[in-house]
Amino acid sequence: MITLTDLTIAEARKGLDAKTFTAAELTDAHIAAMEARADLNAYVLPTPDRAREMAAASDARIAKGKAGAMEGIPIAMKDLFCTDGTRTTAGSKILGNFVPPYESTVSANLWSAGAVLLGKANLDEFAMGSTNQTSAFGDVVNPWTRTDEPTRKLVPGGSSGGSAAAVAGRIALGATGTDTGGSIRQPASFCGIVGLKPTYGRCSRWGIVAFASSLDQAGPMARTVEDVAIMLGAMAGHDPKDSTSAPIAVPDFTAALEQGVKGLKVGIPREYRPEEGLSPEIDAIWTRGMEMLKDAGAEPVDISLPHTKYALATYYIIAPAEASSNLARYDGVRYGLRVLDEGDGLNDMYMKTRGAGFGAEVKRRILIGTYALSAGYYDAYYLKAQKVRSLIARDFKAAFDQGVDVILTPATPSAAFPLDDAPSDPVTMYLNDVFTVPTSLAGLPGLSVPVALTEAGLPQGLQLIGRPFDEETVLRAGRALEKAAAFTATPSLLEG
Amino acid sequence: MSLDKETVRKIAVLARVAVPDDQLDPLAGELSGILNWIEQLGEVDTSDVEPMASVADMTLPWRDDVVTDGGYPERVTANAPDSQDGFYLVPKVVE
Amino acid sequence: MDAPMDDAPTYLLTGDTGDWEVVIGLEVHCQVISHAKLFSGASTTFGAAPNSQVSLVDAAMPGMLPVINRACVEQAVRTGLGLRAQINNRSVFARKNYFYADLPQGYQISQYELPVVGEGTLILDMPDGSSRSVGIERLHLEQDAGKSLHDQHPTKSFIDLNRSGVALMEIVSKPDMRSPEEAGAYLRKLRSILRYLGTCDGNMEEGSMRADVNVSVRPVGETGLRTRCEVKNVNSVRFVMQAIETEAQRHIEIWESGGEVSQETRLFDPAKGETRSMRSKEEAHDYRYFPDPDLLPLEFDDAFVDAIRATLPELPDDKKARFIADFGLTPYDASVLVVDWREADFFERVAKGRDGKTAANWVISTLFGTLNKMGVGVEDSPVSAENLGKLIDLIADDTISGRIAKDVYEIMVETGEAPDTIVEERGLKQVKDTGAIEAAIDAVMAANPDKVAEVQGGKEKLLGWFTGQVMKATQGKANPGMVNELLKKKILG
Ligand SMILES: [Mg+2]
Ligand SMILES: [Zn+2]
Repeated sequence: MITLTDLTIAEARKGLDAKTFTAAELTDAHIAAMEARADLNAYVLPTPDRAREMAAASDARIAKGKAGAMEGIPIAMKDLFCTDGTRTTAGSKILGNFVPPYESTVSANLWSAGAVLLGKANLDEFAMGSTNQTSAFGDVVNPWTRTDEPTRKLVPGGSSGGSAAAVAGRIALGATGTDTGGSIRQPASFCGIVGLKPTYGRCSRWGIVAFASSLDQAGPMARTVEDVAIMLGAMAGHDPKDSTSAPIAVPDFTAALEQGVKGLKVGIPREYRPEEGLSPEIDAIWTRGMEMLKDAGAEPVDISLPHTKYALATYYIIAPAEASSNLARYDGVRYGLRVLDEGDGLNDMYMKTRGAGFGAEVKRRILIGTYALSAGYYDAYYLKAQKVRSLIARDFKAAFDQGVDVILTPATPSAAFPLDDAPSDPVTMYLNDVFTVPTSLAGLPGLSVPVALTEAGLPQGLQLIGRPFDEETVLRAGRALEKAAAFTATPSLLEG
Repeated sequence: MSLDKETVRKIAVLARVAVPDDQLDPLAGELSGILNWIEQLGEVDTSDVEPMASVADMTLPWRDDVVTDGGYPERVTANAPDSQDGFYLVPKVVE
Repeated sequence: MDAPMDDAPTYLLTGDTGDWEVVIGLEVHCQVISHAKLFSGASTTFGAAPNSQVSLVDAAMPGMLPVINRACVEQAVRTGLGLRAQINNRSVFARKNYFYADLPQGYQISQYELPVVGEGTLILDMPDGSSRSVGIERLHLEQDAGKSLHDQHPTKSFIDLNRSGVALMEIVSKPDMRSPEEAGAYLRKLRSILRYLGTCDGNMEEGSMRADVNVSVRPVGETGLRTRCEVKNVNSVRFVMQAIETEAQRHIEIWESGGEVSQETRLFDPAKGETRSMRSKEEAHDYRYFPDPDLLPLEFDDAFVDAIRATLPELPDDKKARFIADFGLTPYDASVLVVDWREADFFERVAKGRDGKTAANWVISTLFGTLNKMGVGVEDSPVSAENLGKLIDLIADDTISGRIAKDVYEIMVETGEAPDTIVEERGLKQVKDTGAIEAAIDAVMAANPDKVAEVQGGKEKLLGWFTGQVMKATQGKANPGMVNELLKKKILG
């Protein structure tokens, strides 16, 4: 007997079309699993009633032969996507019980492709974090544990930690994420799933709670490269409501998946072996990944991305600066939390509402961003960071101009770490994004694919980076890596 | 660059985020740590480098001058903490 | 065209220590005429129910994004062309960050370092007929804020976002003005040009044109600029002039008492005729401008600008020059006539093929007086341009006298009828028939033999009395010249 929650999206689509099972059955299986694995805290708001309604509608469309690309597929929606009539929190207290009277473009695209909403996924507050611990709705638990410490809970990564844990924990076939500096790729790597940050402009930002507008990009998270390709096809597309949405056609991302990597030039950036040293274990996995692609016919090429080491510092100016402005709208006037005591004036209300509504990490970034933009510091911080950003983007362009088709790097500098041992120092925490941030700054597509288990039995992903809007090559290379790695391990918490 | 307590207080007011007095010092320490780490950007020669505000390689799209939106005050104020007669209400502002 | 530049009329304020000069710059916010808002599809019309012309973008709901309205860009470029200004093919939208109850995003999308329009020029037409040139620093596009009502509730302010996001052009002058009169002339001229262009309706009372006035003073002879204050949102030309006067006096008093003017934002109170500090806007104003990452640079090519240029109307300065050249008008009359393009058109239709000065006289002294009294614009004039022209023709060809013309005009105002019809139906045609005039003279002479004798006895002044009597007898229709001539002939022989 098949376990419906173990299926891939592609398999589930076939089963639904073949009427092996119904969308209602598939959804019910997930709702039951969500209840059973509530301890993961992957969802801030399960929406079982809505899921059942949507599944029934899917079954009706399947019966009429009108199935979409995601028809009947139950997914988790990161709670950064505004969902019409369904509470949206961005993982923050400040949004209170905000119920958007509108639907984000990406989620609307998924619904019109037939997807079913299981619930809103937990996340770091305003997508700021790498462990999901900044969420106002509690920690998310990674379904994986170390073999040497099987009872110690690990972080799922962040900020799309709920999405990653839900997909890895078999309580969603796929999930949406958003990635500003690594928020799809890092949790995907920590949870042993596939995550893609598309090219900036590929998916509309309309209706997604903004963190850093010049970096934010929505993307799919699923258990296989093929599933990610299917999902991306449904999410992407030009949106006239987003001025930064690219007016280009959406290809069939699944079409070229099996073409292999024969003849592809795979760039190996030497700067991703930082001076401080890459953990030998991660280094070895990276080398293995390189060998896999080579065995499949690709040609590894040594490349240089000289400004890599400045990417994190650049990011931690640009993202907080934009965030400090984007988050100014949470002021207690039109929606969300309002803290107002007897006799308070407007300014007291602003200060108290924002003081109480934002968590520590968000406040930290708002203050850094405010400072970086303030009179006298703009040139030294913000303008400087924008210039270094140019250099980082230029590095990638030079590599691609020299004929590299795709770049292979580790996705993260380490595997998942314990919830109770997450670094408390912000800068140490930021180092989690060291391999993903440069891609974000350059706006390029980046795919995280699980390739191996560490000695402690934790999944570790590698990252494939492509040219702007060349997700097809990235996915194709990702598929080759996936095939070669034959990564079939399942999270330990599922075995219990 | 290390930030003192008073600077943090000023930034917090500018950002309209209440920070209790006893948190100003620790926060100043954290922010200084981040800023010190960011100072490494000073090593990069950026003379003759254009600042990059967006990676989007396109020009600003525009829409036609047609009224396509609005007309739903109830949706606009549905989530308001305090509203009356279609208005948002805030503590009285003295100009 | 190049207006002749006269020296600035000297406006000096006398203090205890000597004479002071006033330095004035204006920042005028002009509401762009468009159907929809600058970055959203909500309507811009006034007077709707609260928050009914508000999109989710205008209310700054999470995840909402701006998309620019092409027409607003065109209007800005059009205005820039009207101000003979540099048009920037690439400009950048920036966020101006500050917290305010009627600013839903927590920032205003504006333009900072690279505005869509750069330097230009405005020619002032001064009341004495002279001209002055004032530099335009820039014109940028930005969003309007919402509206706060403070008098609805004892402890709360009411916020309506209907205006939030409406496109504004902020037009910034150089500090080139030196008197309240020049500031007034600047605003009137700017309004005139905007109305010609159809880019802003220019109604200060309704708030579609609002002026921020920058004022500083300096002793005559000093060349550097002293600290200025910005008087915000003054909503009439008269108040702008008053605000400058009172603000300048305040500065002089401070400087002369050994004090230091501090740079600040102030508010003009028309009731008290004074300005006061706006402390609420003062604290911590660090706007943290940065390029709006939701928008890309605004770019257009020369063809876009040329297409707009091709639709520009003749503007007041050119029209004024043409009126002087073609119709022989004085610069003053010409400048009065071109203020409003509808009035200028009206005048042209009256003047076409006629004596320009006569037409100008009728339009300025008579028609404008009537319109003023009635409180209507020229488009609602009871007297059409065609009919006023015909009236002038009737005088020119001696069909009626100037005196009768005034009566005919009054009837035209009342009835809207054509002057020839009025003259015909009411028998107002000038009598040029010698026989009829002679008969009237004979009758007057017969009734006043003693006066005839006095004239013949040398009291020729009395001839005027006879003229009056004859005119009266003919109900003013007799040609006065003929009456005089025949009187002399008949009485004096
Ligand atoms: Mg101003
Ligand atoms: Zn302005």
